[in-house]
Amino acid sequence: MPGFDKVVNSYEEAMQGLEDDMTIIAGGFGLCGIPEGCIAQIKKMGTKGLTIVSNNCGVDGFGLGILLEDKQVKKMISSYVGENALFMQQLLDGELEVELTPQGTLAEKMRAAGAGIPAFYTATGYGTLVGEGKDVREFDGRKYILEESIKGDFAIVKGWKADRYGNVIYRHTAQNFNPMAATAGKITVVEVEEIVEPGELDPTQIHTPGIYVDRLIQGTFEKRIEQRTVRDA
Amino acid sequence: MALSREQMAMRVARELQDGYYVNLGIGIPTLVANYIPDGMEVMLQSENGLLGMGQFPTEDEIDADMINAGKQTVTAITGASIFSSAESFAMIRGGHVDLTVLGAFEVDVEGNIASYMIPGKLVKGMGGAMDLVAGADNIFVLMTHASKHGESKLLTKCTLPLTGAGCIKKVLTDLAYLEIEDGKFHLKERAPGVSVEEIIEKTAGELVVPAEVPEMTF
Repeated sequence: MPGFDKVVNSYEEAMQGLEDDMTIIAGGFGLCGIPEGCIAQIKKMGTKGLTIVSNNCGVDGFGLGILLEDKQVKKMISSYVGENALFMQQLLDGELEVELTPQGTLAEKMRAAGAGIPAFYTATGYGTLVGEGKDVREFDGRKYILEESIKGDFAIVKGWKADRYGNVIYRHTAQNFNPMAATAGKITVVEVEEIVEPGELDPTQIHTPGIYVDRLIQGTFEKRIEQRTVRDA
Repeated sequence: MALSREQMAMRVARELQDGYYVNLGIGIPTLVANYIPDGMEVMLQSENGLLGMGQFPTEDEIDADMINAGKQTVTAITGASIFSSAESFAMIRGGHVDLTVLGAFEVDVEGNIASYMIPGKLVKGMGGAMDLVAGADNIFVLMTHASKHGESKLLTKCTLPLTGAGCIKKVLTDLAYLEIEDGKFHLKERAPGVSVEEIIEKTAGELVVPAEVPEMTF
């Protein structure tokens, strides 16, 4: 009996059950803290018609960008896209749909989904294209729009360390959307740099408690840098 | 003379106060970090989840897990904190950030701002800009007063899709500092050597000009 042991030993096993036309919530900001192994596996599986909820869509040839190569993505729900020639081409050709969503609203849509909140009011986007057609309510003299949460059939998450029970710690700004994504998947897959035994991580330092995690896998990561900026030593 | 990018940053830096948490947008707003007065402590918030952003790393310090909202490699200062995107936008949307500085294509007399989208051109998205303008109370917009073709960017009504409605009160251009109140622009300061006439000519929205308009000094 595996009990609380969430570890799987292959990406095939980690992404088992993914089917065409499903919705995937992905952690990561730019190329920082992205689930590289899960993305590679989705590419390998050739699953099509996917809706992907992620702040960005990678770059040409890396990150979520590789899923565009075989036209696996039907729709992106993102706050900022297009660092990516193939993306723009498919968008202009009408092969790809984009729902631009403010970054804070996107984070909150994931967080709310994971917390069992179907929708929430926010001032962000009121009076803009984002607010068009959405329910408006006034609270304390200010206007707010109703935004619905987004649940994924899968959530794919990149952590730093986890114990076998799926308690996850993120590293630096590679945290970003990952903790919210982890709560919002019907099946949540977390890939980490190191898996340790229960008890080795300090319980007070856990970012994502294991209750949210269904499958855990140790991967290797390229961690490509998008904007390499340095100062002189 | 119109203000240089550096002078615009220097002027905004005068709005900083000791103990301020500040979010700086991409472009000229980023330069404000270079003009924090000596002896003043300011923490920079980067909306991907970093409060206490430091300078760029040295070649040896580069860490792929340590970036800012512009996806540039950065460092954290002593006393910084790092958190999730939801936490980051709770700070922003909850009104906890003391000063937000961002660029724009257009602003209008109602305090509307357009900064993320030019229809028919490349649309990349609003990122965190809609959250920032909706959540912050103290927002400084930095922009050129007119386009390269001389068309005013300070309008009666924005022509481009809005980033936020009725949320802008302070605008610094290369020609002037203005405040928005009661559906009008109010001229508060002018760039050194720039005439009030030039500012009037390049401001399309209704402009209130006081008898004396002080010149900025640098």
